[in-house]
Amino acid sequence: MWSSRKEWRRVERADRSYDEVTCDVLIVGAGGAGLRAAIASFDKGAKTLVVCKSLLGKAHTVMAEGGIAAALGNVDPKDSWQVHFSDTIVEGQYLSNWRMAEIFAKEAIERVFELEEYGALFDRTKEGKISQRAFGAHTYRRLCHIGDRTGLELIRTLQDQVIKRGVPFMDEVALTRVMKDPATGRASAALGVDIKSGKMVLFRLKAIILATGGCGRIYQVTSNSNESTGDGVAMAFAAGAELMDMEMIQFHPTGMIYPAGVRGMLVTEAVRGEGGILTNAAGERFMSKYDPRRMELSARDVVARAIYSEITAGRGTKSGAVYLDITHRGPEYIKKKLPSMYDQFLEFAGIDITKQKMEVAPTVHYQMGGVRVEPETGATSVKGMYAAGEVACGLHGANRLGGNSLSDILVFGRRTGEAAAAEVAGMGTPSVSQADVESEIDRVLAPFSVVGGTNPFFLREEIAENMWKHVGIIRNEEDLSAGLAEVERIRGEASRAMAVGERAYNESWLSCLQVTDMLLGCEAVIRSALERKESRGAHTRSDYPGKEDRWLVNIITIPKDGAIAHEMRPVPQMPPELAALIVKE
Amino acid sequence: MSARASTTVRLKVRRGSGSDPSAARYDTFEVPHEDGMVVLNAIHYIQANIDPSLNARWNCKAGRCGSCSAEINGRPKLMCKTPVDSIEGEIVVEPMKAFPLVSDLVTDVTENWKVAAMMPPFTPRKPNSKEWRFWQQDVDRSREFRRCIECFLCQDVCHVVREHEAEYVGPRWVVKAASLDMHPMDSLNRADFMKNAAGLGYCNITKCCQEICPEHIVITDDAIIPEKERVVDRHYDPILWLYRLVTKDEEKLEAGVMKGLKMVFWGALLAPVVIVPMYYLIQALIR
Repeated sequence: MWSSRKEWRRVERADRSYDEVTCDVLIVGAGGAGLRAAIASFDKGAKTLVVCKSLLGKAHTVMAEGGIAAALGNVDPKDSWQVHFSDTIVEGQYLSNWRMAEIFAKEAIERVFELEEYGALFDRTKEGKISQRAFGAHTYRRLCHIGDRTGLELIRTLQDQVIKRGVPFMDEVALTRVMKDPATGRASAALGVDIKSGKMVLFRLKAIILATGGCGRIYQVTSNSNESTGDGVAMAFAAGAELMDMEMIQFHPTGMIYPAGVRGMLVTEAVRGEGGILTNAAGERFMSKYDPRRMELSARDVVARAIYSEITAGRGTKSGAVYLDITHRGPEYIKKKLPSMYDQFLEFAGIDITKQKMEVAPTVHYQMGGVRVEPETGATSVKGMYAAGEVACGLHGANRLGGNSLSDILVFGRRTGEAAAAEVAGMGTPSVSQADVESEIDRVLAPFSVVGGTNPFFLREEIAENMWKHVGIIRNEEDLSAGLAEVERIRGEASRAMAVGERAYNESWLSCLQVTDMLLGCEAVIRSALERKESRGAHTRSDYPGKEDRWLVNIITIPKDGAIAHEMRPVPQMPPELAALIVKE
Repeated sequence: MSARASTTVRLKVRRGSGSDPSAARYDTFEVPHEDGMVVLNAIHYIQANIDPSLNARWNCKAGRCGSCSAEINGRPKLMCKTPVDSIEGEIVVEPMKAFPLVSDLVTDVTENWKVAAMMPPFTPRKPNSKEWRFWQQDVDRSREFRRCIECFLCQDVCHVVREHEAEYVGPRWVVKAASLDMHPMDSLNRADFMKNAAGLGYCNITKCCQEICPEHIVITDDAIIPEKERVVDRHYDPILWLYRLVTKDEEKLEAGVMKGLKMVFWGALLAPVVIVPMYYLIQALIR
């Protein structure tokens, strides 16, 4: 069964050969959205293949802590999909697509029960039902949870289902480009690198589902995994797909700040959900100034700005943070409800959260923007290309509610999987232009022929520093323009990014390719942020502090002759029966 | 944790590629020390500032994903959870030895997916109600095993997996079996699988795995030993063994035991309800 030896065939640095793999539906990414899409597509009978950049089960979903939002009404019987819908629209600052929010609020409930039947083991109420906890800006206690490790349980459960069904998957494969049938403009192939061997792979496909997650790694202080480099957004854009609301980057209010090595690591909102209190260095419970009604459980954008304001006004701690205190809940309760947080602070910072306060500051957490999709199917503006999860845009508007992303990935993962499988049924294999393949191989291998070039790891650090410095929580025209200029400068450097070493598991090579994707993400974020001349949700402009109704538009990023163009589209109007559900703040 | 006298950290990193095992070597790097620095930070510093050809697998950098498994000064650890200050002197970083080498600190752990596919999957019993109901203490029993982040360090440290190439699935997959067996709704008995295909008998409970688990799962005591007990119950209990010898039917045995239990249960329930009134009725009739 186990052998520590294996025969590896070495792939030469200039080797242009590639393996060919054929499937009906190619799913890119094996987080919650990708795995749920895979199950749906496979169950519908499509020849499905999952590829993912990291190892199976390591996707960023694993990091989700607090829970999955669904209006089961187990703890608060008054809860219903209608209230969940209203919360999502209101806290999204009316930028969300109403149809997506409707589908989401209704189907999240079924998806949670389904996940339970797949084997996920939720915490229980006294009656033996799935327990639900309070979270920021949710009207009722709504987050079904597994301690503070909901994401781990979710991904493991879906992973088990994929393995049980025998859905084929290839982990540690990085896709670089989606190619289209020259005649029909349909997505027909994708080139990737098998990371372990370094060999290239050409996937021939009838439909592709992007479930690649977000772009948090373009920021220096982030809770996101290494692989969250925004390659899905970049690949979709390169294939001609429209992006939407890219300026909307969520800063999670509470990230670790000390020690430096763990800066940005997430402190789950569940700490506040379980009664955690935020205070500044003077011991003042400052949320009373910013949202006296909801206090610590206000929306994430509000709490993040509040913490940021306290710190910049000099009321923060010595390390530039505020305090988060849960000690009053007692050791037993904390260890039971927040086991990961207890371990995390003890192991990384030497702090016992049952006795000491935590120091926290905002950290980049989520991209609300992404590839524009059709609400029912997750279809993008490129034929045969779908997107689900964080890479897709439309549900969360200007601010995502905690717990909504885990239900998002299940609801829309399933929908895209089914839609893609239905679309490809009976379809012939679309063609791919060999010239496209060859030119992509040129691009992919280019970093190996650079001599005396720049270090891509260093470029990644420069990108992240620039975004943190210029495109943070509070933005203005001057900073954004400076950030854009810096992106252009780094792009110049990136054309000389150099891969060193062999092809097998070559991180410098992959980083060269990722840097290009990250820069596209940066540019899309900055340009959209420059366009939106108001403050709404996660997007705050110090030079345009007001929120104005004329900005009830989605900012669409469109590829035009290889550059970025913008278009403003009014947010679609919801039908009156749904509008009647909205409970204004 | 001891304070470091010098302001740099010295790392000795094993380098090599799977396609050319003879070229393995150790490189030594000096990295500036930073507060709270973990070994993975040092690796990143090397990549960005000294040698970009150094390869390591990582993802979350928060101890949640289990990607950055390595052997640090000979001990299986996550690089993201090992503070450089926890080690006196030179820090030696090597790839996991139980798995085939890919490049530098990266090994091929894909064999685990084949084992995962062998595992009898979660199979819920017929629920009593449409909405499943069970209690928190039933959840808690399985919960410990569900902390597993699949870093495969337990597989790495297991001498059976590491040295004997035996047909033993390894600690991770016993933990997996335990997590399924102790799910309150699961209906399967995995004892046959654990005894035969999984080779559970090869484990001789040296407890190395439970010592190094970064999630502090008490692997041997809480998962392996109970799983071994299940195998013993099913295969080595003398009464059951005799019964099986006679009937050659295990399913019938279980059904028979259940039937017996049910009869006792109903008997106990019916006794006061039926027999006692009857007794008084008869007494009254006799009088």
